[in-house]
Amino acid sequence: MILLIEQLLNGLQYGAMLFMLASGLTLIFGIMGVINLTHGCFYMVGAYCAAFVVLQTGSFLLGALAALAGAGLYAVAVELTVVQWLYRRDHLYQVLATLGLILFTNEAVSLIFGRRPPLMDIPPLLQGSVPVLPGLEYPVIRLAFIVMGGLVALGLWLLVNHSRVGMLVRAGADDREMVAALGVDIRRLYTLVFGLGGLLCGLAGVMAAPLLAIEIGMGERVLITTFVVIVIGGVGSVRGALVGALLVGMVDSLGRAYIPQLLQLSLPPSIADTLGAGLVSASIYVLMALVLLVRPLGLLPARS
Amino acid sequence: MMAPNLRRAAITIGLAVFLAVPLLAEASASPALLGLATRILIYAIAAVSLDLIIGYGAMVSFGHAMFFGLGGYTVGIIAHHTFGGGPLLGWAGTNAALVVWPLALLACALLAALVGALALRTSGVQFIMITLAFAQMVFFVLVSLQVYGGDDGLMLERRNTLPLIDTAKSLTFYYLCLALLVAWTAMCISIVNSRFGLILQALRQSERRAVNLGIRPFPFRLAAFVISAVGTGLAGVLWANYARFVTPDMAAWSKSGEFMAIVVLGGLGTLLGPIAGTAVFVGLEQILSSWTEHWMIVMGPILTLIALFGRRGIAGRLFGGRRD
Repeated sequence: MILLIEQLLNGLQYGAMLFMLASGLTLIFGIMGVINLTHGCFYMVGAYCAAFVVLQTGSFLLGALAALAGAGLYAVAVELTVVQWLYRRDHLYQVLATLGLILFTNEAVSLIFGRRPPLMDIPPLLQGSVPVLPGLEYPVIRLAFIVMGGLVALGLWLLVNHSRVGMLVRAGADDREMVAALGVDIRRLYTLVFGLGGLLCGLAGVMAAPLLAIEIGMGERVLITTFVVIVIGGVGSVRGALVGALLVGMVDSLGRAYIPQLLQLSLPPSIADTLGAGLVSASIYVLMALVLLVRPLGLLPARS
Repeated sequence: MMAPNLRRAAITIGLAVFLAVPLLAEASASPALLGLATRILIYAIAAVSLDLIIGYGAMVSFGHAMFFGLGGYTVGIIAHHTFGGGPLLGWAGTNAALVVWPLALLACALLAALVGALALRTSGVQFIMITLAFAQMVFFVLVSLQVYGGDDGLMLERRNTLPLIDTAKSLTFYYLCLALLVAWTAMCISIVNSRFGLILQALRQSERRAVNLGIRPFPFRLAAFVISAVGTGLAGVLWANYARFVTPDMAAWSKSGEFMAIVVLGGLGTLLGPIAGTAVFVGLEQILSSWTEHWMIVMGPILTLIALFGRRGIAGRLFGGRRD
């Protein structure tokens, strides 16, 4: 029972991180129709910036600010130099152009920050564990992650549904020409949304930095999981991203905990271990396949 | 469409160049050139296959490396069991290409039927993401196969054998790859010009129109997807035999991206263009990587530029290929 609750919390925490990445990616796709593979790079840039600044100054707050600034600015730079030429192009070209940017970013980051992965300590404020239930101690930093995810979800909901910018963004997604004709600078709006997506990636990066390994290629790994989240939730919908992120988070962490155990009940250990490892990493893709069989457009697709 | 005369000339010249490469390699005493050319031939088979579905079917598969990897791994796994790994499900294994290669292609066809059946429930951006996700799944499964080397991959003791053809000699292996590329491309061209291919293109231009003419899209798309996967699997089979080494990287997402880049560079929907695209791409990779260790920092922006400006690809520029 304790294990189950702990795994549920882990799933919630992973889901929160995935949501920060998926919400930005799905907004960018839903509004601008661009499939942006560099999204994972923003996350990596954020994590590297955070680790670098924390190492230099010792201040976690400065590190977090550096991550947000680094990821946000890089996103804006990418939008202004490359992505803005891709809005009306076929998805194939968008994939290819942003793929090139991934290769570039990976190499550039390893040139700037060095090949050795930096380490980042958990800030003192978030160290240690607190009792969540009798008999269950849970790390503070993971709880902070969950809270942050909740705040981001709330903030995005307010921003998209209850602000002027959000209104323009929704209108722009429906009919770009009409919004432009009403005198809104749609180009600036797009850059803004792209920067916001980058900012969220930076946030995810700084949260993940003390927990996961900071390395070249961390962006792509999480990007592909983010794709799974978006496909499950429905492309273009922030609500869908939330549902998808939580589902994927839960399935992943519960799968990690229970699939090997279940297999060991019925199979000899040597086969169970190999098969278990494969099944654990495949579990979220199986989930995606099941969702697609029932609802090809995802669970909560944006209005089409 | 390409101007027929120019096109015929390009085919003749291209074929002559490929036929002459071994002589050139011998004359300049650089055996590395033959290896490079073999790699180009193998990648070209995958590129032509991918062009079949992207260029003619508008199915942008971002996961074709999974078939490249599966084809290679089938060869690798059978070889592993044949040479001292113990029997595989009671079968002692064989090194005969005429048994191993069809098995590998069959495995690719089955995987493609499964992935295609799921992925074709969607289209557009979801199709891209789903093919990518499935390829990633294959990649992780290959990494987790500790019995077959996990991350490090598998070495092959020797190449599969064919009757009458000595595959162990790099020269004969080169001509074998060339023959297979020519045969496969010819088959793809005849597929494209058949009724099947015309329906595929009609579906690309306007699905609604084609459906109103009484065509069910799904079986045609799925068949094309499977054919394309088999071709890519063949490239994987040849790669495993060429390098005598397979790793999970064969199925990595970046490999899928490379294939896509090659097709776009060569010219979408031209079949012959991707062959030229492969030669340029692999050649460029070779030059850049011998020039600096950080060659990705140049290659990345080149890919981006190809995507931004290369609407019609090499073949399109030369002969005026498809516009859209």
